[in-house]
Amino acid sequence: MSLDKEKIKHVAKLARISVDEAKVESLTKDLNSIFKFIEQLNELNTDKVEPLTSILNQSLRSRKDEISDGKIREKILKNSPKENEEFFIVPKVVE
Amino acid sequence: MADITNQSLNDIIENIKTKKVSSTELTKAYVKNIESAKKLNAFVTTTFDQALDNAKQFDNKPNFDQLLPGIPLAVKDLFCTENTKTTAGSNILNNFIPSYESTVTKNLWDHGSFLLGKLNCDEFAMGSSNETSYYGNVINPVGDQLVPGGSSGGSSSALAADLTPATIGTDTGGSIRQPASFTGTVGLKPTYGLCSRWGIVAFASSLDQAGPMTKNIKDCAIMLEAMSGFDEKDSTSINKKKEQYSKNLKDNIKGLKIGIPKEYRVDNMPKEVDELWEKGKKILKDLGAQLIDISLPHTKYALPTYYIVAPAEASSNLARYDGVRYGYRSKQGKDLIEMYEKTRSEGFGDEVKRRILIGTYVLSSGYYDAYYLKAQKVRQLIKKDFDDSFKKIDAILTPSTPSSAFKIGEKTNDPVSMYLNDIFTVPVNLAGLPALSMPAGVDKQGHPLGLQLIGKALDEQKILNIGYAFEKNCGYKNEIKKWWS
Repeated sequence: MSLDKEKIKHVAKLARISVDEAKVESLTKDLNSIFKFIEQLNELNTDKVEPLTSILNQSLRSRKDEISDGKIREKILKNSPKENEEFFIVPKVVE
Repeated sequence: MADITNQSLNDIIENIKTKKVSSTELTKAYVKNIESAKKLNAFVTTTFDQALDNAKQFDNKPNFDQLLPGIPLAVKDLFCTENTKTTAGSNILNNFIPSYESTVTKNLWDHGSFLLGKLNCDEFAMGSSNETSYYGNVINPVGDQLVPGGSSGGSSSALAADLTPATIGTDTGGSIRQPASFTGTVGLKPTYGLCSRWGIVAFASSLDQAGPMTKNIKDCAIMLEAMSGFDEKDSTSINKKKEQYSKNLKDNIKGLKIGIPKEYRVDNMPKEVDELWEKGKKILKDLGAQLIDISLPHTKYALPTYYIVAPAEASSNLARYDGVRYGYRSKQGKDLIEMYEKTRSEGFGDEVKRRILIGTYVLSSGYYDAYYLKAQKVRQLIKKDFDDSFKKIDAILTPSTPSSAFKIGEKTNDPVSMYLNDIFTVPVNLAGLPALSMPAGVDKQGHPLGLQLIGKALDEQKILNIGYAFEKNCGYKNEIKKWWS
């Protein structure tokens, strides 16, 4: 299959990445060449193969649902791009 | 004494222990080297003051019983380091200062070493040449127009140029082994789960592993011993007894069965790659190993599988970069959605965006079965190839890469040709196995080439031993002229 410009704009929307109109052309070309490469997999019949979901021979550990840290609000907020004493700030979402 | 910085980590440790050199003298020597090697662009951040403080503290109260006593180490800028900027080679993390330390770097510091600086890498470890970094190309000390490999390109360059006695990288599809091969150094990707992923900027979580990059095999064993180990904080960390890789290093490989897979060739592979592979086989055979022809029939499907699985996981992992909690935020965008879109468009480079789009597409409604599920099935077949082979052999010997280091800019316009560089390294990540790349010789241009040893899961000791025996008998020494200082 091939990806057209509209499809790529849709995927970009899903990924929350704005794409320059000027770059859509070259992006379409690159992605199509990558998908052509990827689609070699269609040569293989995998009807009877179980998908691999983990390469570990062990199942994931569970742990007790306990608080192991806390009171680190200052640390967490330290890297926020818009400063405020207690919260993360985002553009207005509710009128 | 002679220039200490061109010695192996093991020799440097001996010199520290016998007080021939102090940690401060050692650190100063590296600072000097780094300052005169700015052309290589291997560092994103240096932490000289802090390193010299640490060295002084060590010298005042030395503890020589540690694995890495008083050793300064630069690490890939993908490892979060407490209070030191961690960029992952991206503009989107240009101002990110972690408030925590990654488990593997903490392990290194707990063994007596300390941070010298953070090394350049491809953006979010997505690249094979270090050309996708927001902080610019890194130059391979082998030649001023050559890429150092990627994604751990700053690590390989710094190591080969004597800017750090050893280093660590991460390997999702070859990002430790390919740069090691391109710079004539040793790089090991451990078994998935041997080294904790906690605090490493995530790329593709089912493939990512941290590992050592060193000048020789002994150093590699020391570093692996220091950095590995069970970690509560990584749900895929393997809970097992810690190994003493360096103490248990042996060069007797008599009777070991080495598999030679017929599929590890590509069209137009330079004949030197084949010749070195032959040389490698002969060395191991002369040491008493038995060579066995094997087949890994799904090898050619490993890269296509990887380019579904890795971008899919990346698109999910990189969803966190939204400009809200940390990292770069665009000044544009009139509402929340537009702010996300602009932030991610301005913050990520082209290769990262490409991979996020591939990943988003293969996971999107209506396409999941055709791509992602298909890839997971083929991944099963690739793993089975290895499982079947390892019933009759101890390790596998292959070339590390289909060519030596290429020129800067040579492959940037064709993503698929860039991806093909990882053709021999990617299968191992898909199967979760350990593999190391060791220098074996040079091609006709005089550029280093490596051979790869692949082991069974958790069989790091065995491939280190084979590498150790090979190294002693290979007769190749990586000589790099310091043209940059």
